Amino acid sequence: MTTVLTPAAPAPPVAPGRARRIARRVASPWTYAALIAILAGSAFPVYWSFVVSSQTSEAVGSVPPVLVPGGHLFENIARVFDETDFALALGNSMIVAGTITVSVVLFSTLAGFAFAKLRFRGRTLLLLVVVATQAIPTELGVVPLYMMMADFGWAGQLQAVIVPGLVTAFGVFFMRQYFERALPLELLEAGRMDGCNSLRLFWHVALPAARPAAAVLGLFTFMQAWNDFFWPLVVLVPENPTVQTALSTLASGYTTDYTLVLTAATIGTVPVLLVFLLFGRQIVGGIMQGALKG
Amino acid sequence: MALTFADRRHKWDVKLSPFGFVSPYFLIFGVFGLFPLLYTAFVSLQKRNLLDAEGARFIGFGNYEQLLFHDPYFWNAMGNTVSLWLLTTIPQILFALGIAHLLNRRLRGRTLFRMGMILPNITSVAAVTIIFAQLFGRDFGLVNWVLSWFGGGHVDWQAGTASSHTAIAAMVVWRWTGYHALIFLASMQAIPSTMYEAATLDGARGWQQFWRITVPLLRPQIIFSTVIATTGNMRLLAEPLLFNPGTAAATGGSDRQFQTAALYLYEQGFTKYDFGYSSAIALILAVATMLVAGLSYLVTRRIQTD
Repeated sequence: MTTVLTPAAPAPPVAPGRARRIARRVASPWTYAALIAILAGSAFPVYWSFVVSSQTSEAVGSVPPVLVPGGHLFENIARVFDETDFALALGNSMIVAGTITVSVVLFSTLAGFAFAKLRFRGRTLLLLVVVATQAIPTELGVVPLYMMMADFGWAGQLQAVIVPGLVTAFGVFFMRQYFERALPLELLEAGRMDGCNSLRLFWHVALPAARPAAAVLGLFTFMQAWNDFFWPLVVLVPENPTVQTALSTLASGYTTDYTLVLTAATIGTVPVLLVFLLFGRQIVGGIMQGALKG
Repeated sequence: MALTFADRRHKWDVKLSPFGFVSPYFLIFGVFGLFPLLYTAFVSLQKRNLLDAEGARFIGFGNYEQLLFHDPYFWNAMGNTVSLWLLTTIPQILFALGIAHLLNRRLRGRTLFRMGMILPNITSVAAVTIIFAQLFGRDFGLVNWVLSWFGGGHVDWQAGTASSHTAIAAMVVWRWTGYHALIFLASMQAIPSTMYEAATLDGARGWQQFWRITVPLLRPQIIFSTVIATTGNMRLLAEPLLFNPGTAAATGGSDRQFQTAALYLYEQGFTKYDFGYSSAIALILAVATMLVAGLSYLVTRRIQTD
């Protein structure tokens, strides 16, 4: 799981005089045709996985390949839950992604608020540390991290995945940027006048103001935690998997039942697809602002 | 006047609370993020096996010497890494520029198109790779079926070096192009239309405008996207691991034809439990990634701005 921060989009040189933002070219039918083709290409692998999961195992090996859904979806879903531990994997992923999301949002908001609006010694230096650590790939430290988990007796258990994910540098910086812009100092001073201590100020003033940004951060954190593959693969055991490690185990059996594997893959994609369908506009907005990276 | 208890409490609150607020991040990151990173350097100087913790001993640069001078598998993995880096990064950036250019028009259904572009990026790498491995299957794969219309087909995608790299690159490009396209689109929309109007008066056509105005003005975004894509593509692991799942998964194919450096790190560390060797690979890979990222920075910086 890597989070990197995009620098803010630079202001392009503005032509002197009237810098209007109009008269963008109207899309031609060719543009639509090209975009629809790209859209189809984007969606096709996910669609095809759904097609296979609604077919019988025999249909998968047919030439020409099947391209439309069949009527065996529920039967295949039942098989996934009967024949594999996928229910456990789904439960584990829910616990992991849920805990990480709540924790990242809470701690990022706390630290982001302090960095943006409170004065303390070493603030600039500490913030610099946060920004710098975003660039470091976590894979680099995977061997010592595994050794630590083995020492703690956590190897194979969910806390080995959860605890290192409880904070992210990206989250702290993201919330800090939001507070810089969105929380006026007057509001905080008024709160101080009313006798709020810092914690009450955070709880009653900062946290409510942070809701829109916290929601976007939460969406992204959930999707990343749900999709994380490498570290869970290293530290968990096949008997106690997340959805992603369960998929890799399913796919690497000696005789692989592809209908079963792709049905599981489809089921495992549903949570992020739901999040995406509900909040796609915010997610796209976050990427377009250059603020988010999965 | 003596300070009241409330005054003193307020003073301490203002002074110390900020540290309390930032401490959860620094505590957790310090223990589970920074410490393992630094400790990797130490472990890389040891002969150390998970199964023989007592036998760990300091061997200086022995692991590095073995890797750099006596390990053909390592150089094979580095070669594959660089090959996949080229095959993924360049198409990603070029396709993303093209798609952003298409999206940067007055469009109906803008949100739908934008969401469609990012759909591949939100799906999990494990699911996507398993799906693509099927699409690139030798006997019943959809890709070969389509190729058969043109007289091709029956490519054993996993068997060859070039074919397996192509298939893996296709997955990575599919997953990440839309993300970069949206970054580019955001900046394209900030380019004032007067620049294009002036260019039209000077007789520049659409294609010329794209290369002479749009691309140079996107230089910061192109640099950023290239560097980000580079750091990501230099440590591909899940794609080669799951492209040929089974007993030989960690070797990246029967002949290691698509074993990346990150996958070699995984093989040494977590199937052979040679932690010292694995840590040395991690450090060399990190240095190589920085070098390649620096190189791509220098190349993209040369995009002309006139």
